[in-house]
Formats: sequence, C-alpha cells, structure tokens
Amino acid sequence: MSSAPKPADLVTVNIDGQDLVVPKGTNVIEAAKQLGIEIPHYCYHPKLTVVGNCRMCLIEMGLPALDPTTRQPLIDAATGKAKVNWMPRAQIGCATNAMAGLHIRTNTPLVKECREGVTEFLLINHPLDCPICDQAGECKLQEHSTEHGRGYSRFVENKNVKPKRTQLGPRVTLDDERCILCSRCIRFSKEIAKDDVLGFIDRGSYSTLTCYPGKKLENNYSLCTVDICPVGALTSTDFRFKMRVWFLKQTPSIDTESSTGTNIEVWSREGAIYRLTPRTNNDVNDSWMTDSARVLYKQVRAEDRLLEATIGGVTATHDSAIKAAAELLAAGSVAVVGSGRSSVEEQFLTRQLASALKVSTSLVSRVGEGDGILLSADRNPNVRGALVTGLINALPEQKLTALAAAIDAGKVKTVVAINEDLTAAGLSAAQLAKVAVIYLGTHRNATSDTARVVLPTLTVFEKSGSFVNQQFRLQRFAKAVPGPQDVNDDLVTLAQLASAVSQFAVASDLAGIWTTLAAECAVLAGQSYTKIPALGVQLDGAAWAGLPFVEGESLHFKPAALTAPANA
Amino acid sequence: MSAPSQRRLIFAHIDEPGYTNDIACYRKHGGYEVMKRAFARPPADLIDEVKKSGVRGRGGAGFPCGVKWTLVDRKSGKPIYLVVNADESEPGTFKDRYIIHQDPHQLIEGVMISCWANNVKQAYIYIRGEFPHGARILERAIQEARDHKFVGKNILGTDYSCDIFVHRGAGAYICGEETGLIESLEGKRAYPRIKPPYFPAVLGLYQCPTIVNNVETLCHVKHIVDMGGDNYAKIGTPNNTGTRIFCVSGHVQRPGYYEYETGKITMGQLLNDVCGGPLPGRTFKAVIPGGSSAKILRFDERFKIKQKDGSVVEMGVLDLPLDFDTLAAAGTMGGSGGVIVMDDTVNMVEALGNLNSFYAHESCGQCTPCREGSLWMKKITARMVDGHARPNDGELLKNVADQIAGRTICAMGEACSWPTQSFVAKFGDEFKTYAKSAKPTDSLELV
Repeated sequence: MSSAPKPADLVTVNIDGQDLVVPKGTNVIEAAKQLGIEIPHYCYHPKLTVVGNCRMCLIEMGLPALDPTTRQPLIDAATGKAKVNWMPRAQIGCATNAMAGLHIRTNTPLVKECREGVTEFLLINHPLDCPICDQAGECKLQEHSTEHGRGYSRFVENKNVKPKRTQLGPRVTLDDERCILCSRCIRFSKEIAKDDVLGFIDRGSYSTLTCYPGKKLENNYSLCTVDICPVGALTSTDFRFKMRVWFLKQTPSIDTESSTGTNIEVWSREGAIYRLTPRTNNDVNDSWMTDSARVLYKQVRAEDRLLEATIGGVTATHDSAIKAAAELLAAGSVAVVGSGRSSVEEQFLTRQLASALKVSTSLVSRVGEGDGILLSADRNPNVRGALVTGLINALPEQKLTALAAAIDAGKVKTVVAINEDLTAAGLSAAQLAKVAVIYLGTHRNATSDTARVVLPTLTVFEKSGSFVNQQFRLQRFAKAVPGPQDVNDDLVTLAQLASAVSQFAVASDLAGIWTTLAAECAVLAGQSYTKIPALGVQLDGAAWAGLPFVEGESLHFKPAALTAPANA
Repeated sequence: MSAPSQRRLIFAHIDEPGYTNDIACYRKHGGYEVMKRAFARPPADLIDEVKKSGVRGRGGAGFPCGVKWTLVDRKSGKPIYLVVNADESEPGTFKDRYIIHQDPHQLIEGVMISCWANNVKQAYIYIRGEFPHGARILERAIQEARDHKFVGKNILGTDYSCDIFVHRGAGAYICGEETGLIESLEGKRAYPRIKPPYFPAVLGLYQCPTIVNNVETLCHVKHIVDMGGDNYAKIGTPNNTGTRIFCVSGHVQRPGYYEYETGKITMGQLLNDVCGGPLPGRTFKAVIPGGSSAKILRFDERFKIKQKDGSVVEMGVLDLPLDFDTLAAAGTMGGSGGVIVMDDTVNMVEALGNLNSFYAHESCGQCTPCREGSLWMKKITARMVDGHARPNDGELLKNVADQIAGRTICAMGEACSWPTQSFVAKFGDEFKTYAKSAKPTDSLELV
C-alpha cells in the first residue's frame, strides 16, 4: 500500500465547474471518473502507456490567467472566481495530468463535435456487423456510438477490406476490419506480457494489426488482449459464438491456479460456465490473468468428474458413505492428508477433524516455475490458509515420506485424503493397498479408484469460501453455479466427518465456521466471511515470515526475503 | 516595378560553371573557414548570433531557430543530439535536395558549427529514402570532411569530437515531422509522439534533448556566424530575415529555384518577372505559396494586410510580399517555399483529388481523424472525378476536413485538411458545377 500523499502533493482541479482535490499528476480521465464524469476513450488504459491515438477523449483545457507583472492569478470581477485562459484547441484528456488550477470542460459544443467526428471516422470503415459480433453488448465502440455519435452515416464510399478470422495464436482470433487501431494489444504484449509480437503493417486507413513474421501471439497472457480490445477485433477462440454476453451472470471468484490469487469473474448461464475473465484488483493482478487459468472452468463438466459417493467401488448414498467413513475413523490409526487447494474454511474443518482424531495433518506441495507476473511457483492456491488456520505449522512436503514409513510400519490403517492423489504424492500402490482410504475430491484419480470410501466434492465454482494468497491477502470466492445433484458441499461432508469423531457437533455453515475461526486464529480476529471486502483484506503474515516460501518476485509481490531483513 | 535581383547566400556558388561538390572545390571557395573561426569562439556566443539573426526555420513551420536552440534542456546531464531534417517530402519543395547534391559541404559546415554551439557530440542527417544519390554524396562528403579533421575525432586539432551519421528513411512523408523522424531514427514506425510530454528539446532522440533543423536552416547558420547575427538580420525584412529559396513549379514559363531576400519580392515579381509569367495563351488561376499543405490562393482574391505601422493595405495575390507574416495574414503560409502555380487549364476538383491521394497515402495511420479522414476525402474526390459527384460533396469535404484539423497528434492533420478546406472555400462554385456534369447518383454502387 502506498502511503497517503502529502498535502503539498495535492492540487485542486476544476472539471465542468466542480472543484476536485487530487494528487498532482493524476490522469484527467481518472480524476473526472471520481466526479462521476465519463470522458470516453478507446486507446487509454490505466495500466498501459499513454499514446493518445484514438482522439476520443478530447476535452477543453484551461489554466488560470496570471497578471503579467505580479504573476498572481487574475480574478474575474463579475464572478469573483479566477479568470481562466482556455486553449483554443481541444486537448486529449489521457495525456493531461492534474496540476494546480487546471480547468477542464467535457460538455461544451467543441467537445461534443470532436466526439461526433471521431465516432464517425471510426465507423466509416467499420463493418457494423454487431448482430454477428461477439463483442456486442460489451463493445465500447457500440456504447460510445450510441451516446456520442450522430446516429446516421454520411459515408457512401466503399469500405476498406482487411483480413478476417486471422488466427493470431492458439487462443486468439482477429478480425482486422473491426479493429480501430487503438494499439492497446500491442502495448499490452510489449509492456505487460513482455512478449513483443504484435504490430501494425501498412499505413493510414489501411493499417493492419498482425503478428511479426514467424511469430505467434501464444504467450500465457494472450487472452488479456481480448479483454482490453475495446471492439470485437480480438476474440477468444474458445468463447466466440458460444453465448451473448448479456445473458451471462457474473460471479466474483478467485483463480486457483497458483498462490497469486488472481481475482476473476465467472460468467455463467443456467448452471453452465462460459468463460472466466480477470477482475481488476490493483493490489494483486491489476486487470490481468493467465490463459492457463481461463480454462479451469472446464473441470466442472469434465468426463472424469466424481458424481456420486462409493463404498468399495460401489455406488452408495452420501449418508451411508459418511457412516462407513465414520466407522473407519472410529477404528483409530488414522492419518489425514489435507490440501493447499482447499478453502480456509475447509482447512479449518480438516484441522478440527484431525484434532478430534488427535493426529497431525500432512500437506502436499505443488511447485512449478513462476513466470514473474501472475503465475507463482506455488501451484497450491491456499498454503497460507493452512498456516493461518493452524492446519499445518511448516510448509507442505514434496513427498509423503513420513506417511509412507508409518504405513510400512503398520502404524496407519486409515488415510483421509482430501483433494490429493496419494500416488502422485509418493505412496506406492502396495502401500495404498495396506490402508483403507477415505477420499474426498472432485475428479477421479489413482487414489479414488482404490479408495474404500469416496465422498465427491465441489469445484471452486460451485461453492463459497476464501483463500489466503502469497501476499497473506484473504480473498473470498462465491458460488457461481450449482454443483452436481448428488454432491454435497465440502463443508457439510467435512463437518459430518468431524462431528462423527467429536463430542460435539461441528458447524458446517460459513457463518458458524467463521465464529470459531475468528476466535481461534489470531490473525483472523474480527473477520467473517461476509466481512471480507470484494477485493480482499491484507492479513498480518509476520508470524510466518521466516518460512522458506517458494514464490519469487511477481506483479505486486516481493518475497519477504526481499522486502525485510531475514527474520532471526 | 521589376523584380529585385537575386541575393544568393545558400546558392552563392551553386550553378557556377566548374563548381563541384567535392571538398577541394568547396575549400577553394572559402569553405570551412567560417567553421575555423567559429571554433575559436565560445559556444554561447554562437547561439547569441543565431538568436540575433532572427532566422526562422525553413522546413515549413517558420519557428525561430534561435528560440528552438534556447529551449534545449542543457541541465539534464544527457547528451544533446542534432538531427538534420533532410526528409524533404513536401510536394512542391526541392531546395534541400539541390543543396545536398550541389553543395554538401556547406550543409556539413553549418551542422558542425551548430554542433559546436550546442555541445553536440553526435549528429544525424535523416535523408528521405527517395534520395539515394543524395545519401551517397553526403556519405562521401562527410568522409572527406573527416579526412580533413572537420568531422569526427579531435576536430581541427581540438579535444572536441563529433561525428555525423547519414540515416536513410524508407519513404514516408510523416518522417518529415520531427517526432516521427525521431521515432524512425530510433528504428521504429514513424508514429509522431504526443506533445506534451515528448518535446524534442527535452525528450527527443533516445529520450535525450534533441535539436531538429532543416537543411536550409543549418546552411543559414553558417552565413549567420560568418557575417554576424546583426548583419544577417539586415537582410530581408524585420521578423522575416535572411534569404529564402523559392521552388517554383507548375504553369510558369521558367520554373526552378530562386533565392531572394525574404519579403523583398512579391508574388507578381516572382511569377511574372522572374519565372516569365504564364504559359502562352493561359492565365494564372491559383497558387499554393508554401508547399502543398499551404492553403491555396485564388488569383482574383483581395486581401487586407495589416502593416507594421498599423495601417491596412489592400492588395491582390500578385502584390503579396513573400514573407512568413504577410502570407500568414493572407490566410496561408510561407511554409517550405514550394510555390505551386496553376493556370486556367486546371480543374480544381481533379487537382484536389491529386493532393488528397497523396495525403491518404502518407497518413501514418496512428490517430483517428487524419487516418480515416484523409482516406475518406480521397474517396470522395476520386468518386467525383470518376463521374459520381453529388451537389453537396463540397460541403461534405469541408466538413470532413474540419473534423481533422486541430484534433490530431501532429501537424499532418492540418497538412491534409488545409488543401481541402481552402479549395472548397475558394473554388466551391467549381465543386458545384462539377456535380452537374456528373452521372446520376443512383448509378452509384453502394456497398
């Protein structure tokens, strides 16, 4: 968090007659936004460099008139206010920064005329194929044309012809005729994705967006260009022609791909998810997300989804499966393998289960290569949640060697495995054969295939909860679509198992869980699920600063080792 | 009143029989002597001379050269670059090409004096792609100058070093716009930069302070330092000092380049006395006085020009003295000195169609109004010429041009809209009668 600006850095600007105090240098488009005044724009994006090429944000600008001798602002005798020297020409808002006494007008005849002119120019060679365009409904050109255009065309010439349906890469399709040449995608690729592959060829109105010869737009952020494209030029090959955007419901969620905790939006209709897009969070992911995370919704309706409870491989009702599991737990010699992919709430229930059983819990680490942007090295989204809830005290293990030894020694007879494939975590088939496994998970794997009891669970899109990301930021996700018919909420299943081995009933609802969580975990004191702000809340992670976390530096994140001297 | 005689400063020796463009010939005519004297003076002195001279940029905008040099950020600690704008692409202008071909050492001497004055350690000559011969001549001349210690390491035996690189463009009008030129020089597409914040004097080439001057302007610097700023300022008229090279093309008997004291010759003297008047049996119809971007003047126009003493003098096109201020007062500009003459055989719709094709082809495509507007105007005039003119096309053309001028990143917005605005304003009747002879509009193929 940046500290509040010193009073000296604040300036008063006047926008359409209203005074506004903002930090010096604030972009005029952003300043106007604070007053609820929209300055329409296409090429400007708060996270990219300013190029000022669309000319849609033209505004009138003025500065106080100064007395030539005293250099003091002149006062208009009639109004008692400072006299303003208005510039004869319209200026672009996106390249205008707040300075003391800056005056802006966004509603004059000149400004209106400029917007009309730019809108007409952008439309003359545009195909106007909104009825078959995927962007319709979320198209800036459509919106601004309605609001700022003339409503009729004076263009009777032939429109320019440009390439259609170009595959820029494996995930992005380009329609050059729709492109308004704002260059957002080019700047994004160069500045954010650090993969300079896009550029314009030809000149003037024949300018055409394309990849450099021999290159493809195939980096892991290529779909962000689709998000920021103000028109329907860049479309997602996956989403295109699937659904009209105005039919889709948006649910805020969190990306589970890694510990970055990218804020996302889940777009669904009638229980089916159609796409995932980034949700802007300037402290975490800005307006970006990885391509690899955007396909995670496909796991919801995957072929290998676990849809029913089984006992010994035979379909069973949920209640009988819980009963069978409870009997195994009651027999003792239990080990619990929790998960860094479970939510904070699930991890807390897992901890309650383990403490009722008086056993400790193991967690499996999942480490990949970080990309320095939004894909962190820790592919578990919620390892810090397990630390905060007290489920574990040390970082997860790569292989469950201690558990393997305990099984070999005959000390463990039953293993509760939550979301983790035990064979992938280092247990041999022979070791698995020696124990009864109670498996809780969403998809089939080697462990679920041989488990004594299988209790299917929900994907992140079908339930609500929270994660703690690499920054120790507590962020919540909400249920976007209903889960499969016979699958119970993870919290219910876990609470039932925990209740079965406890003296008292364990709460299975978010509110109930948070009452205990807030009381038992110091850093969560005062929190509850419903109190977590839309963009999350920073927790105090100082207690764990000494742990050797695997994440490297990335967008808005510096490992503790880089920010503070190593904890003694 | 017959025309005054030419005052040849830049063209002092050019066209002299036996005058060649090698260094031996240049030195025989006193070449590099001014530079030797200049290097014995403190740089600030030279900047003062240029300021006193009042010389205005000969590239088109007419911005005072001395003021441009004063605006350079000298406190940044970054190197200062000098870039010679030899991208002479304005239709109707051909003076810089001639200087480079005939007298390259005069330019090099002017560049080195300017480099010394501004503590520049590296200069670039950005020459347009269509001048391959000029580039070869410059390369050879610079090598000659290096061999004689006028360019390169330890110039004239001092510890001052400064080299000149020749950079060839790839053939784009927009590279004549100084920030577009800088982008191109950096190896990028020649997209002009937004100002603010990218004023070349502060954030120019490689984000360092940069001076961009026209070829002719830098040649004038040599003569200013030679005769002193005050003496130079006595040539021409106040605020329009020095000499100007006029490139006369089009329908006159003797087109060509002529060098005169600025403001001491009128349009009539230039076209009738110097260039021999219209072709036999023709009469003058219109003239573009400062390169194709300047607004056109109609020969029967009358102007009320305010004089220095406050009085107002009414004059016709032929009475206009050819200086920056008078031409600006007449609603056009002195620009690059390219005088394009059109006689009564010219169809103004077709002439505008020709210019519009040029600007549509040369718009870089960066910002919306010029990109879309220039091609739209071209499509309209092409359709008119093609026989599908409509009565209100003139009005539409003017309106499209109005939507471009003053709303673009660079001056190309004005460059492409001023011809249309002035043609329609002054020859609107021709645009209307053109429609009457056109094919019926319902034969228009609408797509």
